[in-house]
Amino acid sequence: MNELIFFFNKVIISGAVLGSIYALGAIGITLIFGILRFAHFAHGDMMTMGAFITFLLAGAATAFGFTAPLPMGFMVLPIAMIIAAIFALGIDKGFYAPLRARGAKPVTLLIASIGVTLMIQGLIRLIFGVKSRSFFVSEPKNIFRIDVPFFGATRPISITEPQILMILVTIITVIALHFFLTKSKFGKAMRAMADNADLAQVSGINTKLVIRVTWIIAGALAAMAGTMLALDVTLKPDLAFNIVLPIFAAAIVGGLGHAWGAIAGGFLVGFAETMAVFNWAILLRPFRENLPLWVPHDLSIVPTEYKLTVAFVILIIVLLIKPTGIFKGAST
Amino acid sequence: MSLIVKRAVFLYSALFILIIGVGLVLGAPFTVRLCVEAAAYSLIALGLNIQWGYGGLFNFGLMGFVMVGGFAVTFISTPLNMEFWNSDGPFMLLKVIIAAMFGAALIIGANKLPRFGIRGKAFRAAQIFAWITAYIIYRSQIDPAASYIEKTSTFVGGLGLPVVFGWVFGGFLAALVAYIIGKICLGLRTDYLAIATIGVSEIIRALIKNMDWLTKGTLTVSPIPWPVPKPQDFQAMGVENSLSFILARASFLVLVVLVVLLALYLVQKAYGGAWGRMMRAIRDNHIAASSMGKNVKSRQIEIFVLGAVLMGVGGAILTSFAQIFDPGGYQPINHTFIIWVMVIVGGAGNNYGAVFGGIFIYIIWVMSEPVSQMLFINLSAFSDGFGWGAIPDIESRSLQMRVFVLGLVITLALRYAPKGLIPEVIHQQKDEDKAGIK
Repeated sequence: MNELIFFFNKVIISGAVLGSIYALGAIGITLIFGILRFAHFAHGDMMTMGAFITFLLAGAATAFGFTAPLPMGFMVLPIAMIIAAIFALGIDKGFYAPLRARGAKPVTLLIASIGVTLMIQGLIRLIFGVKSRSFFVSEPKNIFRIDVPFFGATRPISITEPQILMILVTIITVIALHFFLTKSKFGKAMRAMADNADLAQVSGINTKLVIRVTWIIAGALAAMAGTMLALDVTLKPDLAFNIVLPIFAAAIVGGLGHAWGAIAGGFLVGFAETMAVFNWAILLRPFRENLPLWVPHDLSIVPTEYKLTVAFVILIIVLLIKPTGIFKGAST
Repeated sequence: MSLIVKRAVFLYSALFILIIGVGLVLGAPFTVRLCVEAAAYSLIALGLNIQWGYGGLFNFGLMGFVMVGGFAVTFISTPLNMEFWNSDGPFMLLKVIIAAMFGAALIIGANKLPRFGIRGKAFRAAQIFAWITAYIIYRSQIDPAASYIEKTSTFVGGLGLPVVFGWVFGGFLAALVAYIIGKICLGLRTDYLAIATIGVSEIIRALIKNMDWLTKGTLTVSPIPWPVPKPQDFQAMGVENSLSFILARASFLVLVVLVVLLALYLVQKAYGGAWGRMMRAIRDNHIAASSMGKNVKSRQIEIFVLGAVLMGVGGAILTSFAQIFDPGGYQPINHTFIIWVMVIVGGAGNNYGAVFGGIFIYIIWVMSEPVSQMLFINLSAFSDGFGWGAIPDIESRSLQMRVFVLGLVITLALRYAPKGLIPEVIHQQKDEDKAGIK
């Protein structure tokens, strides 16, 4: 039974946490792709930027003597999301809008987003240096241990406070986003524009406003995802560069331009990563005496160092078998 | 002389003056080293120019090809590791190869099943089963072999062959990787290709970093021999210190420049011919080109492989010049994005532009390090003088400033000079003017 709890801690909880982060990032990428038709590579660094904004705000709030029952990072998150959304609008106005006005191809916008990513990266490191930081210097990181008092288990299920909050916030965000996209006027306009931008414009939808709303949502979600990642691990300037690729994998696996697909893809990639590096031999431990000797003690699917590659292998398999993603996304 | 040729001549002479200026300030040994590296980078930029400028293929995985080239030259040219050859290692590796071949046979066999009437779900299931079995068989052999080799002889070692073979092998290995990627990813839309190539380059980096038995991983392999006499050889002949560095590096430079010129000549020749026109046609409108009877996908694979060869050779040259193969030293910024900047600034679609961009941007990139440090030290002294306190961590911060500037250059170039400094020349037929078509 202890082995099952170990499995739960290692795979289910960390998979859910990783999946929430990937899903939030992938929603932003997929929305931008749906509306603006280009792969926005700077999303990872927008996440890092959001995390640093939250960090600054949390530090300021603590310095002014505010106290909160929840981790400070979560309390200031709404403000950070607003600031990040304004930044996202500024980035669009400064770097992407002029290219769009010229009628540049999506590929040019993609290269420009690489430029933006380098600029944000450089600025963050210029201002904050390269060392890693933690949100939990002044306050403790609460860990909940839930004892499972049956089947002879002695080890508790352990989950940290930020992890619980993270999963809850993701669920709330996803539901809110769902109602926004299906029920509100803007949401419907966004979906119309994702289907056919010209037709949407002709039928009287203010496409410029829709683009702005898209950037606001994408920027806010990026800040949220970045903050969560920073709360779960540590805050580093190169936090997001490693994560932007699994997020892209998640968005493509789910079908680019498809918000629900991005969520599904995010959790799929998250669970696949944790399951691939999990040592399955642990689950066999209670039966070890009855097993033949040739069963090895290490049954992880890939060694831990290759965790990052799991997302790509999934990506490549999906591209080969179903290039439009699980939920039929944009293919052109 | 047309306007573009005039501009190219002007820019290249300015570049020459810049190099001379650097030489006067920082001394000849440093400048020659800079030139060798810049020439290698311009070769890589030429490779990207083939893929992106001619073919419109979106390769964001240059780092992977550069790394493969570096590994190839390391493997070919470092001396034999006798500890490994005298152990059971070679035998165990042979078993690994047999296992890999057996696995490959299984997969190929599974792919051939539709010929025997097995289709649909059964075929898919057989394919998945074949892949999983092949993976298990391979892992069951490679894991013990890897840990045995790492324990007894640290790593496989090299083959002790001449360095130039290593460069050729670098090109060959990169071509092989490019062929596999091309088979899988070309034909997908552009954004997917960009992400897939980044993914593959990260996989290659993870492999090379962690396959300690083959590449020594982060422990790094050195020294890697040179194709020309090293400074130490010149010193042994009684040449004094700084002159020996100049002589050795200059002879290396001559070799590299010869390679670059050869590549430039061949590429330029191909570009002017029917093949180049076909590639441009595919780039500009692949639907029209395919309706003219061109096999778009196989042509794109061809161009992808060709570009990768130059990247692999460039990467091999860089590694053998540095004399050290350090998998941890490869970064997307230094080995992917900067090369994109070179091609965009130099002029995508123009080989002279790509070579110019390669040399120019590399020199600027290297020189910006001391310049930005000087700037920051002055700024810090300035703010200190005002009583605001000095800037902490000047060294690392000023280095990050360069990343910011690199990003700024990309966005500005795309906005204000999307065609680059030496833009692509498109030869229009002169008859149009005669016929009065304007």
